[in-house]
Formats: sequence, structure tokens, C-alpha cells
Amino acid sequence: MIIILMQQMLNGLQLGSVYALIALGYTMVYGILRLINFAHGDIFMISCYFGFFAAIAFLSNAIPTWLTFIATMMVSMLLTALVAVLIERVAYKPLRLAPRVSAVITALGIGLFLENFTLATLGPTPRGMPALLPNVNYRLGALSLSSVQILIIIISIVLMILLDRVVQKTMTGMAMRAVSYDKATASVMGVPVDRIISTTFAIGSAVAGAGGVLYSLAYPIINPYMGVRIGWWAFIAAVIGGIGNVRGAMLGAYILAFVEVFTPMVLPSSTYRDFVAFTVLLIVLVVRPTGLMGRVTAQKV
Amino acid sequence: MGLKSRMTLVLVFLGFVLCILIERSGLLSAYILQISMYVGINIILTLSLNLVNGYMGEFSVGHAGFMAIGAYVSSIITVRVFHNQMGPFVFPLAVIVAGIVTAATSFVVAFPSFRTRGDYLAIVTLAFNMIVKSVLENIDALGGPRGFMGMGRLTNLVNVYAWCLVTIFVVRNLVYSNFGRAVLSIREDEVASNLVSVNTRQMKIMVFLIAAFFAGVAGALFAHVMQFINPRSFAIQKSTDILVMVYLGGIGSIFGSVLGATVYTVLLELLRPLGVWRWVVGPIMLVILMICRPTGIMGLKELTGLIPREERVLGKKEETDVVTASN
Amino acid sequence: MSLLQIEGLTHFFGGLKAVSDFNLELSAGEVVGLIGPNGAGKTTVFNLITGVYKPSAGHIRFEGQELVGLQSCQIISMGIARTFQTIRLFRDLTVLDNVRLGHFAQARYGIRDALMRSGKFRDEEKRIRDKGMELLEAFNLARYAHTQAKALPYGEQRRLEIARALSSNPRLLLLDEPAAGMNPREIDELLERIAWLKDEFDLTIFLIEHQMRVVMGICEHITVLDFGETIAVGAPREIQTNPRVLEAYLGKEVS
Repeated sequence: MIIILMQQMLNGLQLGSVYALIALGYTMVYGILRLINFAHGDIFMISCYFGFFAAIAFLSNAIPTWLTFIATMMVSMLLTALVAVLIERVAYKPLRLAPRVSAVITALGIGLFLENFTLATLGPTPRGMPALLPNVNYRLGALSLSSVQILIIIISIVLMILLDRVVQKTMTGMAMRAVSYDKATASVMGVPVDRIISTTFAIGSAVAGAGGVLYSLAYPIINPYMGVRIGWWAFIAAVIGGIGNVRGAMLGAYILAFVEVFTPMVLPSSTYRDFVAFTVLLIVLVVRPTGLMGRVTAQKV
Repeated sequence: MGLKSRMTLVLVFLGFVLCILIERSGLLSAYILQISMYVGINIILTLSLNLVNGYMGEFSVGHAGFMAIGAYVSSIITVRVFHNQMGPFVFPLAVIVAGIVTAATSFVVAFPSFRTRGDYLAIVTLAFNMIVKSVLENIDALGGPRGFMGMGRLTNLVNVYAWCLVTIFVVRNLVYSNFGRAVLSIREDEVASNLVSVNTRQMKIMVFLIAAFFAGVAGALFAHVMQFINPRSFAIQKSTDILVMVYLGGIGSIFGSVLGATVYTVLLELLRPLGVWRWVVGPIMLVILMICRPTGIMGLKELTGLIPREERVLGKKEETDVVTASN
Repeated sequence: MSLLQIEGLTHFFGGLKAVSDFNLELSAGEVVGLIGPNGAGKTTVFNLITGVYKPSAGHIRFEGQELVGLQSCQIISMGIARTFQTIRLFRDLTVLDNVRLGHFAQARYGIRDALMRSGKFRDEEKRIRDKGMELLEAFNLARYAHTQAKALPYGEQRRLEIARALSSNPRLLLLDEPAAGMNPREIDELLERIAWLKDEFDLTIFLIEHQMRVVMGICEHITVLDFGETIAVGAPREIQTNPRVLEAYLGKEVS
């Protein structure tokens, strides 16, 4: 029993890491634009395809596998960031002064577009991500641990720490926080608001891009609709943690992943996982309306 | 009764006659009849969501969840309770009961979510939508993920038309009243609204309940057109569709909702020859519309004919047939 | 009997004490001022009276009834109305709708009347509309009745805010910096209007102001706040010479 529990903990940690990488994108964009970027799940899906094609292109006997892996990561992150910035420039930027919901509806539209464009051009057949790295299984007593699992967890955590440092310590991070606090004032203080917003989209999506490659390594089936469910879950994770808060998103992601992994152990079927996840969300929101780590802002009258 | 309202009655009556004629004569193909009913059901859904999102300025995203409750409740009534007997007589009652049950359920969502503002309601309604779907998938007695069937085709053009009229009637009379002004003021500035004596919390719950009632009604009608429902019909994607129709037509406008629901439903049918590409073209058109006209086709404007006479603004604006809806 | 009675009103934002042990008695028909430097907690006092915030401690009684714990809309219906430091009109609604909204709590018809357009509904709606127009006329805004509030010039918006506040038939009017952004000529006009308001609508007025000219010209009593503490209470003349006030607030301007 303990062994199964531990094993599931590990699985949860792996899944949570991927969720966290996606949740970060939601939370960063929300933090800076107050926009629920419903297209983000589909951006994640696109990044999986980028990863897939990059992997196919690089995969040859001449290059060592670890190099292929790094190149795939880089290409996927870069292209995903590019797509996201393009979307921001074309679709979201013209709506910055429009009612907030117009931008949300636009985001929904963009999400649908990405899904169906992928479906129309690449077809509904799922693609199988080639195994980029030798998957070695280590045994720790009765516990089994794969090298991919370890890699995902480590890379995710490194990326998260890096991102947290960027937001907290660098000039760009400071500018991001300034823009999220008050766009007009930030602009007056000389912060290049447009560039910071683009940067935020780029970073959030690059991280999701990394998440995409890592996810496809662990669950190597890529299809045009994969972003929907994972996107929603990552969004919920961001909300549980306190949307707009980078560390909160990570916390929320791990909580949600554990819910997903442990639900089938307690309840008769895995179909209950949505029910449990959203109930957790509701409970968190009733107790703490701003999420676990969200700050409470007093309304100004 | 003035000449104008007598005209309205005549028009409404003619509409009924037309519906009956169309249905009896077989003039239109079954396909077009079906689409017409979808249009009607979507008008009910769009208008009721517009009440919450457009007029009141909240952001509810789980309308399909309410629809699901209405669909399942009405189907249980007609299939399990009455075993499809006396269907045509029981059906109107089943629709109303479905609406009431849905409204009662929505109270559970409304009560905690209107404590704070912002995106809270959006997330709670989203969660509600997902939970409803998940619960339905796990109730074997209702067919679980396989769905529920056995309903007779009890929905016809006449009762869809009637319910559309009821929805328009209720929304219009609500909006152009003391309550409607209060609802609009919540959208404009909730704190100030409270500080001019509007009981905002009570208003919000009331509007939410009314909207849920009509979502339930629409669900009931939907179930008895399709004659088969499963939890996936009421997934978040369905809610997204309704949202799109609201913002496409224009927030805070009855005519906008009618237009939004009609254009969206018909357009998707017209684009059907495009195959998978229709879902590529559709979203692009939506995004372009949002960029060029962020408030939708009607954008806070109302058709003059839908505004009560005493609320119409006199003057040259009258000639343009369209005046600001916020009077 | 006093109209408004505030005892030991205290409020914290997090660890910050915004208002501390605030006391005040307002008699019917008075005009009383609340002054103090920026961030002294003046608006917070208004927010506490009108139920926007719930005080950490203290009592507020209006005509002997406790207000603490009531919702804003209940407090307003009891006969208190207020304006805001920065204009908070319902911008997309018409000028007439803005004043009609103040009648919300007084409309005596239910949702069924509204849906069925009953006789009661028609009568009440007519009454509300007439009263609204009357009010707009009194404020010289009638010709804007069907204009969107946001389209009005600044001065008219300020006037509309006061008109809207009066539409709920208050006995006590709280004005939050009514002279903000006004030039001397407009301030003179405002002072006249406030005096007129007080008589015409039988009001008691409690106002926050920044500009000494306004307060000195119109208030019978003044309370001075600094960092949430009441540092002086008295007639305008006494306040003007109070050394603590001079130090905290006037000092910078007078000297």
C-alpha cells in the first residue's frame, strides 16, 4: 500500500510539474493583462506538435540523443513563444482598451482556431512522439522510477525556480510587476508597456513549450484536442493557487495533479476526477476567494 | 389598449399561424425545420445569458450546465414518470418544471459566488458546468456517459416560438423597469449602485435565477428535439458557443441576442460544405468582429420596436431606428 | 436629538490604523466639515458610515438606529446619501436613469408588476420619472435628461452626482470633496448651491473638503483628522488658530 502511495506520489509530481509549466502561462498573462487567456491550452498543444516535428527532423544517428532532446526543447520553446507573441500582437493588442470580455471572447476564438487549424492541416490521427531519450527504469526497493520521470521533474523545477528569479529579481521582472499593478503609471515611469506584455506572453508560452515537450515524452500521444483538457486543468490550478501569482500556480498544479492521481485509488472510477478537482476548486474559493496564495486587494471607493 | 400594442398582438398571432402552417404543410424540409428550432432554442439561451453577462456585466461561463439540468429533468419527467404517454399534454408542464428545478439549482451557485466580484463567478460557473457533466457521467440510472434516450419528439416549432416570445417578453419588461435600471447600474459600478440604495446582491441572485430558468427551459426543448442527450452535449464547449452568440450579437441588447443566435446558428450551417475548415473560418470571423466591433453587432443598442414607448428617446435619434439601449 | 452619532469608530486596514476612536455628533440642520491632510482617513469615515467597510470597533447611530452591520443599500434607504471623491456616475446610463436609480428602494411594485406592466407599475414608474425630472430641473440638468452621463461636462457631472444622491430622499447628505477640481468661481457657485440644498431639501450636510475656503465659508463645526486621529474639533475660527491643526495641516499652507 505504502509502495503504491509512493509510486502515485511520484506520478503526481511528474504530472504536476507539467501542469505547473502550463499554469504559469495563464497566471502570468492574467497578472499583467487581467486576461484569462483561454487559448493557452491550445498553445500548449501547438508546442507539442512543434516538439514532434523538431524531434523527427533532428532525430538521426549522427547526433547524440541528449543533443536532439535539447534542440527539440529549444525549437519548441522558441516557436511557441513566437506564435504567442504573434497572437498577442494581432488579436489581443487591438482590444486593450475594449471591454475586458471582448478580449476573453477573442481568446476563446483563437483557441478554437488553433485547435481546428491543426485538425484541418494535420488531421485527427494522433502522432506518436518518438522516444528521444533512453528510458531507463531504476528500482528503488519496490519503487520504480524512470529516467524520463526524473528528468521532467528536475527540468520543470529548474525552470520554475528560474522563472521565479526572473520575476522577483530582474529589471524585466520588476517591470512586469509594475505593469501588472498599474499600466498607466508604469508607462509614465518609462516602462515600455507593450514590450513587457509581449515579453510576458513569450516567457509564459516558452515555458508551456517546454512543458509540451516534456509532456509528450511522458505521454507520447499528440492530437489537436489534447490542449483542451490539460489547458482547463492548468487554468484551474492557477486559480486554486491564486491567479496572477507565480508561486501559487505551481502549488495549485501539484495539488491538482495529486487529485488526479489519487482519485481513482479512492473512488470507483477515474471519471470522478473532474468532479473531485472542481469540488476542490470550489472549496478553496469559498474559503479563500483569491486562491491559496492570492493577495487580497481592498476595493477602492 | 393602444394601436401599437394591438399591432404587436396581431404580429405575435400571425407568427403562431405561420409556425403551424409551416409544420403542417411540410413546406420546409425537415432539415430546415430542425435548424429553425435550433435557432429558437439558441435565442432563448443567448438572451438569458445576455441578462447576466450583458445587462448585468457579470461573466457567467457555464450556461450549458444549467441547460443540462433542464434537459435531464424534463426527459426524466416525460420518459420515466409518464412513460411517453400523454406526452403533448405533459410536455409544457415538464418544460416549466425543468426551468424551476434549474433555477433552484442555480441558487446554490449564485449564493456563494456573488460575495465577491471579478472573475469569481466565471470560475465558479465553469466549475459548476464541469461538475454537472461529471456527475451526469457517473449516474448509471441516467445512462452515464452513454446518455439518455427514449424521449418523444415533443418539441415543435410552435412551442419553441412560444418560449422565445416568453423569454423576450420577460427580458424586455424586466430591463425597462426599476429592476432593469438597477441591473444596468451593477454593470456600470457596483459599489455606487449599492450606495444609491440598490440591493445589488438580491438583484444579482434574482437575475441569475431568471437566466437559469430559461437555460433550463432551453435544455428541455433541446432534449426533445434531439430525442437523445448525453453529458458531452453539455460540455464547456457548448457554454462557449452560447457565450460567442451573446458577444457576437451584442451585449445588453435583446435584438442583438436574437441576431447573434440566428447568425451564428445559420452561418455554421452554411459553412458546413467547408468541412473541418468551417471551424477554422468561424473563429477567425469572430476574432475579426471582436477587434473591429468589441461590443458585438448591436453593441449596447436596441431596436426601437423593442423599447417601451415611454422609454424611447424623442428627437432625431428616433429616425435612425436604433437608440441607446441604456435608457 | 442628534441625527447622527458616532462613537469610538475605529478601522484597521491590515495592520494599519486608518481611523482611530472617531467621535461625532450631528444635529439636524447642521453643516459640518471633516478636514485633514491626504490619507488622514476622511473618506474611510464616509465608507464606514455608508457600510462600504465594516468598522473594527465603534458605533454609528442614525436617528438612534445602529448602522454597523447593515448593508450599504439598507443604510442609504434609511435616509443617508453620499457623493464620491472621484465622480462615480453610471457613465453609460442616461442622466435621467442616474437620478431614477436613487428611487430604487422606494419603488412600490414587485417583479410581477414589472413583468405584467400592471397599473401599479405604470403609476409608480410615472411618479419616479416625474420626480427624477423635477430633480433634474432643480439642478438645471433637465435638458440633458436623455444624454449619457459620460457625455456631460465635468461641472455638470458633479452636479448630477449630487442630484443622484438626493434622489433617494436623504436627510443626511455626505459630500466627499465636492469642490475637487473646481476654480474659484465654480466654488462660489457650489457654496451657494450647498446653502440652497440645505434649505430646499431640509438636509443635514457632512462634508469632506480639502480647500479651506469651502469649509470656512459654510461649516458650523469642523473636525480635523490626521493619521486617523481626531486632533481638533470646533468652530471654523477656533480650528484656524488651533496650533495642532496648523502644524498638521494648515501650517504648510498658511505660513
